[in-house]
Amino acid sequence: MRLEPPRRALDYAPLVFPAVMLTVFFVVPFGIMVMVSFFQRQPAGFYTPAFVFASYERFLTAFFGGVLGFSLGLAALVALICVVIGFPFTYELARARRSVQVVWLVALLSILSLSEVVIGFAWSTLLSRTAGISNLLVWLGLMEKPTALTPNFGAVLTGMVYQALPYTVLVLYPAMARLDPTLMEASRTLGAPPLKAFLTVVVPALRNTILATFIMVFVFALGSYLLPQLLGRPQHWTLSVLITDQAIYQSNMPFAAAMAVFLVLVTLALVGLSLLVGRKEIAA
Amino acid sequence: MSGLVLEGISKSFNGVSAVDHVDLAVPNGTFVCMLGPSGCGKTTLLRTIAGLEEPTSGRILIDGADITAVPAHKRNFGMVFQSLALFPHLNVGENIAYPLRIRSVGRAERVKRAEELLALVDLRGYADRPVARLSGGQRQRVAIARALALSPKLFLLDEPLSALDAKLREAMQVELRKLQQRLGITTIVVTHDQREAMTMADLVVVMGQGRIQQAASPVEIYRKPVNAFVADFIGSTNLIAVQGSGQGVTAPGGTIPGVVLAPGQTSATLSVRPEDIHLVPVGEAPLTGTISFIRDLGASIETFVDAGGTQIVAVASPRDRAEFRVGDTVGLRLAPESCRVLAS
Repeated sequence: MRLEPPRRALDYAPLVFPAVMLTVFFVVPFGIMVMVSFFQRQPAGFYTPAFVFASYERFLTAFFGGVLGFSLGLAALVALICVVIGFPFTYELARARRSVQVVWLVALLSILSLSEVVIGFAWSTLLSRTAGISNLLVWLGLMEKPTALTPNFGAVLTGMVYQALPYTVLVLYPAMARLDPTLMEASRTLGAPPLKAFLTVVVPALRNTILATFIMVFVFALGSYLLPQLLGRPQHWTLSVLITDQAIYQSNMPFAAAMAVFLVLVTLALVGLSLLVGRKEIAA
Repeated sequence: MSGLVLEGISKSFNGVSAVDHVDLAVPNGTFVCMLGPSGCGKTTLLRTIAGLEEPTSGRILIDGADITAVPAHKRNFGMVFQSLALFPHLNVGENIAYPLRIRSVGRAERVKRAEELLALVDLRGYADRPVARLSGGQRQRVAIARALALSPKLFLLDEPLSALDAKLREAMQVELRKLQQRLGITTIVVTHDQREAMTMADLVVVMGQGRIQQAASPVEIYRKPVNAFVADFIGSTNLIAVQGSGQGVTAPGGTIPGVVLAPGQTSATLSVRPEDIHLVPVGEAPLTGTISFIRDLGASIETFVDAGGTQIVAVASPRDRAEFRVGDTVGLRLAPESCRVLAS
């Protein structure tokens, strides 16, 4: 393909449509949100144009700081578990027979078609005391009596990992399928037992893919707001839950906007930081 | 016997046979080329020796010890893959020292050994280069150095030079042979290029349809091919169907004096190399034909002769060949000792 730098204004024409769409549906709404975050809240339930930092000041309390920290930690933990489970799984999947791959990929894609609500209620039933899997464990003699496994942190984590795992596999799959299978064989002929070959060749050869997948799942999990409510207690609620709460139930738009802006900034900073680390690693 | 011995090795994939009862003995220090068309099972056989494929039946012995059940990572064979399989996340030095790292050899010693190996393959000072910034020939050398890092008992190469351009390939063939002689290491190279095999090998193993067709020295393979497959695959040859007896034979274009068949045999195929066929004026040889095409390559001239329906090619240098034109009828003189009667 021939790539020439654009010279005339007309050469940029193909970019007009995406640029307009981005501006209208992303830049403008985000700008409005930033604007609103500085507005003055009226106790009656609305806001007036102003330029005050009241919303941001309120955010800098221990409570909201704690919620932010929990949200980031939860998202990171979900991303970590997804990568740790998804990476070896995708490796085996990419090496399986074509027909086996198709069955698995269709199954994973079908999970993507489920809404967060369905996933949330399905897991809350599965983990419940009356109808959940603990009954199965009792029947098998592994437990004394049925126990409620929800609401708690483990349930939130389980639901979110379940939801994010298909994305993890689908992002890892292309890179895994492209990986030269003789790399593993070379490693074996050079004296590495299979597990060591996997850890010293496949994992480091795909470290950038792993990092990219981690970031994607992290950002995806950060936006989750239904599952923590359905499967967790209030202390397991994420910042997204609080933003919704403020915006819809407390009618405090400026504060909700301020939290949203802050969440976006923190996310961008973390993504930027990991990309920076990744680039340094490549250069080294 | 000391060295590598293959006993009745067979390998089939889902019932399809790739390697079929291969027996082979390779004395220590021998350079072996496994030669054959694609799909003849030569790569599968090499992978079986490396331990990357498990044979369906048969045994592999090294210096008398059965290693059939030993996994690849415990065999200590160096292998160079067709794709080279250099680790993209490691630089040149780290790639070469990888097998040492796996065995927890200390850093200082790893660096020292990597330097030695780089010197061996003429790549001094390249240790810190990323492998992505090497030329094809340099990548080749790195792969060879890495495979030799542990001074392996057996050095296996799968089509190692196929990615290089013709000139570089010929240079690497000579270099690989010299390296092997210097180290005295038993080496098995898989190739489909018969020139490559002739250049490097002590022992050429011609494979076809999963079987060893012939295993012998390059000269013997060329001079005394055992069947039409080998004769045709190694160099070019004329295959002439003849009728005859213990007294003499007749080809479609006339008789061939001095060649006799085994008692009881009435028909056979003769293999005659193009350079062993001399064109002479009609009447000076009993076998005659009509020139159908002349390919003048400068250094040599190939003359295609139609002898009673069989196409015979004669090659000669311009100095040794009399002037003939397309359409001329000529005599074909063949020395009896250059005619090889092939088993059918």
